[in-house]
Amino acid sequence: MKLSRTDMARRVAQDITDGSYVNLGIGLPTLVGNYVPAGREVIYHSENGILGVGPAPEPGQEDLELINAGKELVTLLPGGSYFHHTDSFMIMRGGHLDISVLGAFQVSAGGDLANWATDDDDFPPAVGGAMDLAVGAKRIYVLTTHTTSQGGPKLLEQCSYPLTAAAVVDRVYTDRAVLDVTATGFLVRELVDGTSPEQLQALTGAQLRFADDLTVLTP
Amino acid sequence: MLDKRVGSLAEAVAGVQDGATVLVGGFGNSGIPQELVHALLEQGARDLVLVTNNAGSGETDVAALLRERRVRKIICSYPRSKGSTWFEELYRAKAIELELVPQGTLSERMRAAGAGLGGFFTPTAADSSLSDGKEIRVINGRRHVLEEPLRGDVALVKADRADRWGNLTYHSAARNFGPTMCTAADLTVVQVRQFVELGDLDPENVITPGVFVDRVVEVPSPVFFA
Repeated sequence: MKLSRTDMARRVAQDITDGSYVNLGIGLPTLVGNYVPAGREVIYHSENGILGVGPAPEPGQEDLELINAGKELVTLLPGGSYFHHTDSFMIMRGGHLDISVLGAFQVSAGGDLANWATDDDDFPPAVGGAMDLAVGAKRIYVLTTHTTSQGGPKLLEQCSYPLTAAAVVDRVYTDRAVLDVTATGFLVRELVDGTSPEQLQALTGAQLRFADDLTVLTP
Repeated sequence: MLDKRVGSLAEAVAGVQDGATVLVGGFGNSGIPQELVHALLEQGARDLVLVTNNAGSGETDVAALLRERRVRKIICSYPRSKGSTWFEELYRAKAIELELVPQGTLSERMRAAGAGLGGFFTPTAADSSLSDGKEIRVINGRRHVLEEPLRGDVALVKADRADRWGNLTYHSAARNFGPTMCTAADLTVVQVRQFVELGDLDPENVITPGVFVDRVVEVPSPVFFA
């Protein structure tokens, strides 16, 4: 069994703590905001100069210039604020965000992150704010499928793609497992039902350790 | 008397030279000074170096400058986006130079220029290939890369309201790169939705003080607005 994209987002959302300042990367990480348990107040930051990002606007209420990092229309919650780009990246780089949730092409056992460029020269690279978030947020959570669409491993001893940042990833959430990056490599904390430790190891390009209190990954 | 208002978009972009480095505000379509960029297209300057977060999409503004082969080089953080077909075509044909800069470094390099600084050390990209050939220094146990200031000959920015001194307010997230770019160019040109009288802007809410602005032009109904 593998988790669906929404179930992956739902699992990360459980770890978004009450009162935290959070940046969600474009694509799959953006979905995390939909599943944070009720009762937790989370302040979402968007790199283009917003704190207190709210949900998509109701029809007729759109502000074409109020968008998130993925260029989707959003709203501003009461208490939210606008600021310019240099301040926004002070927030990111300067250690003021509690959690950054990012996508990845590859993650290494030492917590290196590769998520901005592949080895395809025809495909123009794009970096955006990923490197600033990766070096600056207090905790870096990576949300990605366990393997590539061709079935190859994304969790590796060393990244082969260009690095976004070195030794920054704290935790990886995949469609099969939740893994912490520790001083001795990947430690599997949670594993989906129906995948054995041996099977997970076979899908991973780095040596895995399994927690003594390994639990079943449930979204 | 100090009056930075000009009467037309053509006057606003008059004098931009071939080969100029042009800072263009905006993030996606938010805050893009589309009418000023189209005036620059009309004006005809070519061989430009554009500094802007994205490389345009569709057929308007930055994408139109690319399509008309006015741009020699683009310095940006995220050139690839939905509809960035003109950039991608020129990139594949090796007909445009790309300098890819992490977004916070892009903004901070312009801030350094506006602040009169010689550069700064940042941990961003210090462990990436984007720092190849640059000075690396370990500060407080962490690798940092030296980044130099990035100055424009011209900045094109979109704001919301201005008075004749060039004081500016902005609209929602359209502020983005505007305030920093205003500080970092020899000629800062701003399009605003509305001119107001001196004293009509609440000084507590002025985001860009007029000292950073050279010309303002009124565009009452910009393409992208609430």
